[in-house]
Amino acid sequence: MKFRRKLLSAAAILAIAGAAHAQISGNVVKIGVLNDQSGTYADLAGPGSTLAAKMAIEDSKAILKGLKVEVVSADHQNKPDVGSAIARKWYDSEGVDVIVDVPTSSVALAVNQITKEKGKAFLVSGAATSDLTGKACSPNTIHWTYDTWELANGTGSAIVKTGGKTWFFLTADYAFGHALERDTAAVVVKNGGKVVGSVRHPFPTADFSSFLLQAQASKAQIIGLANAGADTTNAIKQAAEFGIVKAGQNLAGMLVFLTDVHALGLNTAQGLIFTTSWYWDMNDASRAWAKRFAAANGGKYPTMVQAGVYSSVIHYLKAVKAINSDDGTKVIAEMKKLPTDDPLFGKGTVRADGRKLHPAYLVEVKKPSESKGPYDYYKIRATIPADQAFRPMADGGCPLVK
Amino acid sequence: MADDAYKPRASHDPVAEARYERRAFVVMMALFLVAPMVVYPVFVMKALCFALFACAFNLLIGFGGLLSFGHAMFLGAAGYVSAHAAKEWGLPPEIAILAGTAASTVLGVLTGLLAIRRQGIYFAMITLALAQLVFFLAVQAPFTHGEDGIQAVPRGKALGLFDLSSPYVMYYFVLATFTAGFLLIYRIIHSPFGQVLKAIRENEPRAISLGYRTERYKLAAFVLSAGLAGLAGATKAIVFQLASLTDVHWSMSGEVVLMTLVGGLGTIFGPVVGAFAIITMENYLAELGSWFTITQGAIFVVCVLAFRRGIMGELEAWLRRRRIG
Repeated sequence: MKFRRKLLSAAAILAIAGAAHAQISGNVVKIGVLNDQSGTYADLAGPGSTLAAKMAIEDSKAILKGLKVEVVSADHQNKPDVGSAIARKWYDSEGVDVIVDVPTSSVALAVNQITKEKGKAFLVSGAATSDLTGKACSPNTIHWTYDTWELANGTGSAIVKTGGKTWFFLTADYAFGHALERDTAAVVVKNGGKVVGSVRHPFPTADFSSFLLQAQASKAQIIGLANAGADTTNAIKQAAEFGIVKAGQNLAGMLVFLTDVHALGLNTAQGLIFTTSWYWDMNDASRAWAKRFAAANGGKYPTMVQAGVYSSVIHYLKAVKAINSDDGTKVIAEMKKLPTDDPLFGKGTVRADGRKLHPAYLVEVKKPSESKGPYDYYKIRATIPADQAFRPMADGGCPLVK
Repeated sequence: MADDAYKPRASHDPVAEARYERRAFVVMMALFLVAPMVVYPVFVMKALCFALFACAFNLLIGFGGLLSFGHAMFLGAAGYVSAHAAKEWGLPPEIAILAGTAASTVLGVLTGLLAIRRQGIYFAMITLALAQLVFFLAVQAPFTHGEDGIQAVPRGKALGLFDLSSPYVMYYFVLATFTAGFLLIYRIIHSPFGQVLKAIRENEPRAISLGYRTERYKLAAFVLSAGLAGLAGATKAIVFQLASLTDVHWSMSGEVVLMTLVGGLGTIFGPVVGAFAIITMENYLAELGSWFTITQGAIFVVCVLAFRRGIMGELEAWLRRRRIG
């Protein structure tokens, strides 16, 4: 009898202990960092994002209290089919609970779909498309760092307010470029600026000389680059060769990252104006974090994408701990409920459509003479408050909030 | 010497050859039937789609001697059409796949009429140029959604009976499609038509002097290859529930050349082996991060240096040596 009672109580204790952990699948929270680790976006996201996720776990030790968190990473090679195959494999057979980062819009939209289907969680930092909180919004996705609407709107409105009244657009001739031009031009006009002309270049383009000459001849104060990636950097390089910035016109980029400026060099990129969600040299906390990051990342400083990965993982782990579950749908719901607070983005919120809200900054690239140290590249020209930085929820067309 | 790879392996013994092909086919099918129990099914489905794509490409180069550098246009265009048909028109998957295949067949006729007038590098350049045209159309056309691609394509129910949202049902559906395509290619190669194609590959002027209207044969081979590549692309779009620019990009045309070369040009099973080798690398080396491209490059260099006839080419040569020796 005694033995049986002991056995029963042991079983009961085990059952209770089991129940306490039952909500965390496999007793471990598994974070999958899925991004481009070898191609165009390897520097702005890539292994640096994996490092940022690991730092977030390290810094969450105090609240995790022994809960095991693991990070896995993979290279989606910017191909949606590779990315979606990895995402499915991670969710189905490797116990991954949340996927983070995922630059390249087509891959992010594919992972968004799979995450919804499997009821997991998806924290986007690297991808730009504002569809993720619009048409394609999902109860399992949070779009963390930036989006196309924020960049177009921020750059458009802030530049007009700081004196850039006349604009000329250099637009990549496909849907993405057209949308950027349309959104930015609308903001420019709304704020009292004027669009004096635009020219469309094929995607991709290596030789911008004829387009730049038209932009120069337009005498517009601002040349808006409604393109991305190699097209933007090529246009900036060739504009420097034509002496466009030195002659008094300013270039405004839409999608520009710290690593792009680093690759171009200050001599070429000086005077370029664009919007960013985060810059390392803003306050003591961000500087300290950036130094720590750079020391572990071969001296390369963090981009806003990598900072966003850190911030999103911190908030994710808080939510997991709060409800003691790693069920994707529940965690995302909790993340929307809890206010966000971390050393990099400060206090903020997550909106019902999955949009994370924080201020955006209009920055100008420094002249070589103004830069005092490694990666000291930006001057902050204006701050766009969180409630104006992103597209109003009603305009997105997200079915979740209708 | 340069086109040594195109040269046929003179079949010394047709009976032994047929026996080998039968056995290899049985082994391959047995492996594919049990594969989803062992390996992740989505991965095998992807490899099967690319295997069919590579087989279709091989039909043109391995047996027709025409190196196309634009096959991505058939893969991608069919993917877009079948994704659009399944998503926007709400067609069942098998009809969507047939629509995609039909679209790439038509595209094959149009591009083939232009391309087969030239040979060698000029043929490759013309196909590349036409494929670039298709790429720019895919970037611009509203229904392809530019670089976002067509996302969230429903898998639906095949023939109204089989629910494809289950990975295993989807797998056997893809396997059936692949097998049908593979057997069709096998049949084409062994038909009188296939014999004439080989004759044209070996010596076109002689085939003309024998009375064959070679351009018609070449066009037929081109269209068949385009249609089968389209079948692969259309199926792939249903498997991954998306169609994107990756599949029409020129690098995809390069990838299929790589698959066929690694597996064995002009062998029946080579493209299948090559596709599995390349897709395995792409998937399992993904975790290597930035080392991925370097590893892939190194493996390719080893292939070219050590076994020029490709994996299956070398294997078959070895089997044949053993048989004779």
